[in-house]
Amino acid sequence: MINLTIDRKQVQVESGTTVLEAARSMGVNIPTLCYLKNINKIGACRMCLVEVKGARGLQTSCTTPCTEGMEVTTNNTAVRAARKLVLELLLSDHNMECPTCVRAGNCELLQLSQEHGVSGIRYEGEKHAAHCDCDSPSLSIDSSKCVLCQRCVAVCREVQGVSAISLVGRGFESAVTPFWKTSIDAAACALCGQCTLVCPTGALTEKDDTEKVWAALMDPTKHVIVQTAPATRVAIGEMFGMPHGAIATGQMVAAIRSLGFDRVFDTNFSADLTIMEEASELVSRLQNGGPLPLITSCSPGWVKYAEHFFPDQLDHLSSCKSPQQMFGAIAKTYYAEKQGIDPKDIVSVSIMPCTAKKFEAARDEMNASGYQDVDYVLTTRELGRMIKQAGLNLAKLRPEEYDVPLGIGTGAGQIFGTTGGVMEAAMRTAAAWLGGTDMPRLTFQEVRGEVAGIREATVVINGNVFFLAIANGLAAAGRIMEKIKAGDTRYHFVEIMGCPGGCIGGGGQPIPSEGPDALEEVRLARIKSMYAIDEAQTIRRSHENPAIQELYREFLGAPLSHKSHELLHTHYHGRGPAGVRKAAAASGVKK
Amino acid sequence: MSCNCCKGMITEDPRFAELDAFIASAKSTPGSLISVLHKAQHLFGFLPEEVLQHIAAGLQIPPAEVYGVVTFYNYFSTEPVGRFPISVCMGTACYVQGADRVLAKIESELGIKTGQVTDDGLFSLVSCRCVGACGLAPVITIGGEVHGKLTEHDVPKLLAEIRQQAIADGLVEAPVQEPVAAGSDK
Ligand code: SF4
Ligand code: SF4
Ligand code: SF4
Ligand code: FES
Ligand code: FES
Repeated sequence: MINLTIDRKQVQVESGTTVLEAARSMGVNIPTLCYLKNINKIGACRMCLVEVKGARGLQTSCTTPCTEGMEVTTNNTAVRAARKLVLELLLSDHNMECPTCVRAGNCELLQLSQEHGVSGIRYEGEKHAAHCDCDSPSLSIDSSKCVLCQRCVAVCREVQGVSAISLVGRGFESAVTPFWKTSIDAAACALCGQCTLVCPTGALTEKDDTEKVWAALMDPTKHVIVQTAPATRVAIGEMFGMPHGAIATGQMVAAIRSLGFDRVFDTNFSADLTIMEEASELVSRLQNGGPLPLITSCSPGWVKYAEHFFPDQLDHLSSCKSPQQMFGAIAKTYYAEKQGIDPKDIVSVSIMPCTAKKFEAARDEMNASGYQDVDYVLTTRELGRMIKQAGLNLAKLRPEEYDVPLGIGTGAGQIFGTTGGVMEAAMRTAAAWLGGTDMPRLTFQEVRGEVAGIREATVVINGNVFFLAIANGLAAAGRIMEKIKAGDTRYHFVEIMGCPGGCIGGGGQPIPSEGPDALEEVRLARIKSMYAIDEAQTIRRSHENPAIQELYREFLGAPLSHKSHELLHTHYHGRGPAGVRKAAAASGVKK
Repeated sequence: MSCNCCKGMITEDPRFAELDAFIASAKSTPGSLISVLHKAQHLFGFLPEEVLQHIAAGLQIPPAEVYGVVTFYNYFSTEPVGRFPISVCMGTACYVQGADRVLAKIESELGIKTGQVTDDGLFSLVSCRCVGACGLAPVITIGGEVHGKLTEHDVPKLLAEIRQQAIADGLVEAPVQEPVAAGSDK
């Protein structure tokens, strides 16, 4: 243990603790920009300067380890002036269009400037050449708002193991870009959007599609329907002052209906449909000798990653489309037929926790209905903005119900949005189908668990043994894929989700107003709510969903039928540029 | 390890075999990226896209990270460079003093655009930001040597002198025609 004083208060910390961590542990909030807990400690922004007695000049507290007898001052004239100078210099090279910036509500640069009393820009200096990369359907990068903190680079490298972007060039030429300064659209990027969650400013954001959806809503000739992903309802409340993980299902439905959507449906419905098809695919692969393991394919960030990094392993991926795309295909066929609406007049919108879903909807394969199956994808954040634009306070709305039939979902569909959920939903149905007991198991605690990692479980149902694995976050996905590629064939079924914690931690989810260090806690709160919703549900097995049973009876026939294959299944293909996974030996190579 | 990013030229170009051998010997040393990049620049004269992809795959370092390192250091170049790299300052002071006219004149004299290299490999051309010699504006550097207070009328003579010296030193062959015409007849 090490003893030091911070602002004249004694404090004891473990050796290895930085001054920043020590200060925060005692409630002194030293401002930071480039620091990201456990992920980025590069001492680049100099926002966290403090005075250390005896040291020459001010020190960056995020990189300075505590030492015995150290005397730290976090707030005096010199420190305040230095931090203000850092901000003034950043702002002198910043495209300050705050009123029109999507991050104005929770921009860390804006907030820090206000907290530090930056009142005018004293420096009119040279500026970075501004460049906006807007080619991707999922993300935009606006270099004129980038403060070069490299939090995005660190998350992409450390949490996702992708390293699609890096800090390129130096001085006024520097920018965050992919290899060879290509567009992110042309890079080996999963479009998972984890980088957008940690960007302190409006430099890295989701591609905004709200205007297109407003236009559709205002067009009287269109029948505009919407599906909401399982994870959106436990997150959207955060944008309206509700606590992290607040369950706002009914309020969200009410708000969406007020925006003018003709029908409000639920992706939980098509998550149940996915289980029907995927469980049948698993059984068929087990009977027909593989290829095993079967790997889930409902996370488009994971799928795109696999197409770049493991193009020779794609036959492991389930041919099932994701719940979003199954919904899209069913809406413009079965639903259109049932309602007597010409599918060309249907505009199908989805609300997703995910930026990669925008890319998925635009994939060439996704027009089984004869039209683009899903027309527009909005992230939870974009929906929140539309609700605000409509002047609605979500937190105060009276809860409403989803429309039938495509709004009927089960608890199993609900937990799709958290790591381990697809696996558990599949096991619930397997337990019922394989029988052996009147009370088939509902809870599979062994597949639930930690964020960003891999876990393994063995489940035995009526003598049938299933070796299972669950990975979340792309770094973990990469690790388990290396094993599978090397011929580790013990697993029967593997669930992979691109984002840490699964969709609840998706790149399109609300950004915590406390800053990204709160993400860990936020994800846990959302996961808890996902299981709470499931437990409160009367129907908790996908195959017991009455709307799904009706769909098979009236339209599809049986799982894996010809029609199912046409509408609900897809294929994958290797994608350039080829991704390069960092070798363990290379990890010492840092700039 | 195979590299599936590279097209025909790579398998045929013997320099890639030499680079691969170097990568194989350097691979296990941490921090080998820098030495591999030096080797590649030595072999190819600069670091083209295919070469960087090849190195990334060989060392198992994501291409974006390799590119970040390459663009951080001044001595790596991703553009072809001539024996006499010309860099025209486009900083405010130089611009005001007519740097754009100087640049245009160099382009027409050499028959290349910014970012290109002459066919004989003698000159390459880039523009840059303030080089800190504003008192001499407009400023260009040729092979590291600063030439200040330049007008577009000085350009032909300056380039001709360097070319003549290079011919005398045997760096390039004497052109069949006068160098002034070299650019305009393509
Ligand atoms: S990123 Fe922040 S400071 Fe910059 S324009 Fe947006 S709100 Fe303003
Ligand atoms: S979207 Fe995901 S993979 Fe792409 S740069 Fe961002 S974090 Fe990396
Ligand atoms: S894009 Fe955002 S997160 Fe990335 S370096 Fe710029 S400001 Fe930081
Ligand atoms: S937060 Fe410490 S230098 Fe950026
Ligand atoms: S502007 Fe050219 S040297 Fe300063």
